Amino acid sequence: MSAPFRTDAGGQIDRRKSLTFTFDGRTFQGVEGDTLASALLANGVHLMGRSFKYHRPRGVLGAGSEEPNALVSVRRDKARVTPNLRATQVELYDGLVAQSQNRWPSLNFDMGAVTSLLSPFIPAGFYYKTFMWPRKAWDHLYEPAIRAAAGLGDAPTEADPDRYLNRFAHCEVLVIGAGPAGLAAALAASKSGQRVMLVDEQAQFGGSLLAVTDALIDGKPAQVWLDETLATLAANPKVTMICRANAFGYFAHNMIGITERLSEHQAHPDAGAPRERLWQVRAREVVLATGAIERPLVFPDNDRPGVLLADAARIYLNRYGVKPGKRVVVATGHDEAYRAALDMHRAGVEIAAIVDARPYPRGPLVEAAKAAGLTVREGYAITGTIGELRVNGAYIAPIIAAGQVGQTETLSCDGVLMSGGFTPSVHLFSQSRGKVVWDETLETYLPGQSAEAERSAGACRGRFGLAQALADGFAAGADAARHPVTHSFAVEAVEGDPKGVVGALPHNRGQGAKAFIDWQNDVTTKDLKLAVREGFQSIEHIKRYTTTGMATDQGKTSNLNALGVISDALHRPIPQIGLTTFRMPYTPVTFGVLAGMARGDLFDPIRTTPIHDWAVEQGAVFEDVSLWKRARFFPQGREDMEAAVRRECLSVRKDCGIFDASTLGKIEVVGPDAAEFMNRMYINAWTKLGVGKCRYGILCREDGFVTDDGVVGRIAHDRFHVTTTTGGAARVLGMMEDYLQTEWPELNVWLTSTTEQWAVIALQGPKARTILEGLVEGIDLSPEALSHMSLTEGKICGVPTRLFRVSFSGELGFEINVPAEHGRKVWEAIWAAGQPHGLTPYGTETMHVLRAEKGFIIIGQETDGTATPDDVGLTWAVGKAKPDYVGKRSLARPAMADPARKQLVGLLTQDPAVVLDEGAQIIVTRGQKPPMKLMGHVTSSYHSAVMGRSIALAMVSGGRARRGETLHVPMPEGDIAVTVTSPVFYDPEGARVNG
Amino acid sequence: MLLITCPHCGPRPELEFVHGGEAHIARPAQPEALNAEEWTEYLYMRANPKGLHAERWRHLHGCARFFNALRDTTTDQFVVTYKTGEARPDLKGPAA
Repeated sequence: MSAPFRTDAGGQIDRRKSLTFTFDGRTFQGVEGDTLASALLANGVHLMGRSFKYHRPRGVLGAGSEEPNALVSVRRDKARVTPNLRATQVELYDGLVAQSQNRWPSLNFDMGAVTSLLSPFIPAGFYYKTFMWPRKAWDHLYEPAIRAAAGLGDAPTEADPDRYLNRFAHCEVLVIGAGPAGLAAALAASKSGQRVMLVDEQAQFGGSLLAVTDALIDGKPAQVWLDETLATLAANPKVTMICRANAFGYFAHNMIGITERLSEHQAHPDAGAPRERLWQVRAREVVLATGAIERPLVFPDNDRPGVLLADAARIYLNRYGVKPGKRVVVATGHDEAYRAALDMHRAGVEIAAIVDARPYPRGPLVEAAKAAGLTVREGYAITGTIGELRVNGAYIAPIIAAGQVGQTETLSCDGVLMSGGFTPSVHLFSQSRGKVVWDETLETYLPGQSAEAERSAGACRGRFGLAQALADGFAAGADAARHPVTHSFAVEAVEGDPKGVVGALPHNRGQGAKAFIDWQNDVTTKDLKLAVREGFQSIEHIKRYTTTGMATDQGKTSNLNALGVISDALHRPIPQIGLTTFRMPYTPVTFGVLAGMARGDLFDPIRTTPIHDWAVEQGAVFEDVSLWKRARFFPQGREDMEAAVRRECLSVRKDCGIFDASTLGKIEVVGPDAAEFMNRMYINAWTKLGVGKCRYGILCREDGFVTDDGVVGRIAHDRFHVTTTTGGAARVLGMMEDYLQTEWPELNVWLTSTTEQWAVIALQGPKARTILEGLVEGIDLSPEALSHMSLTEGKICGVPTRLFRVSFSGELGFEINVPAEHGRKVWEAIWAAGQPHGLTPYGTETMHVLRAEKGFIIIGQETDGTATPDDVGLTWAVGKAKPDYVGKRSLARPAMADPARKQLVGLLTQDPAVVLDEGAQIIVTRGQKPPMKLMGHVTSSYHSAVMGRSIALAMVSGGRARRGETLHVPMPEGDIAVTVTSPVFYDPEGARVNG
Repeated sequence: MLLITCPHCGPRPELEFVHGGEAHIARPAQPEALNAEEWTEYLYMRANPKGLHAERWRHLHGCARFFNALRDTTTDQFVVTYKTGEARPDLKGPAA
């Protein structure tokens, strides 16, 4: 054993199991049960970090999740570097590699500490005040420089290879915190036979009990009671106990977010073992037993390494067998520090003095300290510390009047243990939207009116001391379980006065002294006072101006002292100042655990069509359309997209193309009132549409703007086969259901999504009929029997089909609907039959070009949620005789008939080789300087192979009246002249579709 | 995540639902008969109260039915849920 500050016996560690680890490249020995912090302290290392703003050397302050200073990076490999871990929570394993942060080149000598010398010039709000001008320098100079200097830790350089899990859980009672109150609550609740969950952030259950050496519970030493209680709970199958679990967020209706560390603490996690698990627990009732956090004392240079919280020091001693130093000053305003002093004294740590800011401290702990021969300086304040990288002395002085101290004395020491009292952890309670109330007696905020089905128990609601915590916890557990069980704990323990001190201690160290309030954000009393002097009154503003209590600390150690200092400066009592919101997460959580399995291929569901694999085999390039994978083009040889699309387009116009349209949304509208329902929903008239006929349907929202379109076929008098856009399928069905269920429940109609039931094969081109003829049974494909915009049912390749004669290309076209499971078979049969006729597969890109050549719109491309049917040239589709349809009243608004509305037009560049950018703006006169009057924008733009030039669709103000006009598209390289035309570029007579 | 009691299926997590805006805004029987102000009122104006709010939800990933709820917008607590077509319950605030 080479660790000089390790005790010989006692604690929750196994001294026989030695662990080797490195910190900043130096090798140390720890033991099983250590945290990184306790192992470093055992080796006499207090310096564990540099502060955020001033780069001051910092030692460990606490022993748990409240730690603001000792933030380290733990590295396993390039992809597994976790920054900003609290050394107090990092469980030691053999081979652990940890590094300090925020220092360069080393922790002992940090160049960044020069900012500390400049600190008179970087007060609160420094950045806001200094980097105001010139405005442009902010983006290019100030912000990048500040960002480089700020921030803590480095992110890993490779993607996270680990697995993270998610689990939903339900229980009747969730107990958060497994200290004495939480254990008693779980014990009581478990007697009801209901499902109980007990979670704790530490590696071991027990909370403060893990460091208790001097108390008896029900006649047994506290450790024995703890072991027996854990055994009782573990034996109950209805009780789930999770340690290493950070209850980070209290969400609405008793949903608690918890992250569980599964393999972080292991030296060699199994390959593929999950790293963390996110629990989303819905509890009928919650018991918050989150304890309290010790408050630092606020005095000059209270951040020197070697200065730590008294109770943390006691935990290091009793739980980890580590002494904080050889000779310590105990500075306090609270009785618990005496317990720490007594434990230190018994372990052989010399107590230089107990320096108590209270004038007449009394009580059993104080008397015990005096009886043990410890020096108690009553009515004394600690006014500073001496040392560089480690404290080697402390200044103390008597408090002679309010805010004044007398003659200073110097005490030599290598540690200062401080305590201002305990602040209840109301974070989760506050997150649940419960209202905290100020307690005059304890001088702290406590949980008040609940907003959710929860109750607090123990120290987190000011019930300090073992006896109170156990009794309060048990009662809370019984209440939460609605189970009338009682137990009276017999507790033998010495307990002190729960009240402490709040705010800054008086000192005589002058204006330059730095007394830290918020260690993590480097906020001092001076910063808070400056904010008040500069006129800030609201705690919310002061918080943001000074950054006190922000970031990962969330006010754990700083909150109440900040309020105390602000209260003094504003001359208003603390409860009148208010309290900022405690935000989740309580302690930081990883992005990995929040993302869980939803990354990589599992980030989103992927939808594929029955023909997908065929397209893959043909080497298709895919694009994402909502969740679907759609073949975008089918390159041959070394073709790029442009070449492939040109070839595919010409093949469709000359011979025939085959296209997978299976992603189109499909809704079966069935029932006696189906036609009436369609009349009310769509702008078109449906009553007279004959069975076996199709119509291009337009759906508007109630505000009159086009929201979807698609071909609708009438299968029977009472049955419509409605198609929607690929991305709009769910939205359209939801909208239909809305009207049907809530506005017109009297209509006898049934809606069923059939999108995935049909595979849809589009066959487009002059040879389509020839290719198809040999494959169908009982279907007459002749123009007389199956004219454009009609449909028939029958068989193809032996399977049933709904065969539509429709065209989205302007060519003779068919859309063959077959049951999805037969999709690929039918596709391959058509493919084979088409080989002698030059059949070519084409993708969405070619489909887009072909339809643009015909001036057909695409929802979301030509329309943007502000286009009426008339705007996009679809007035012909409106069923004008209908008394009503969704959107009709809105379309009658005068603004909808404004001749200056943007209307769909075609644009031809004067240079046919120039392809406009989609989204480009349109102006009337050339050569304008911003701000320009914008007349519209380009919605679709392609090179058209069949036209031998570029084409574009656009929405232009008053566009239809501008045909023949020259407009301009301003681009960085100069204006592009365009001529306004009809949006139909190819075959304007529409003859080809009848081929 | 809210816990929402579908009147057809019982309590379910919010994941299964979509919000449907303010409830009890019936589409006028004869929209053509409304003047511009009246139509605007129907189409765009919503109460957005602080406190009890009657709103529509749809149990999309469950029974797929719409229903109505009274929710306190200050606390997110649901006071009651009820079926489409039923009158708004005469309640003043969150149930104790």
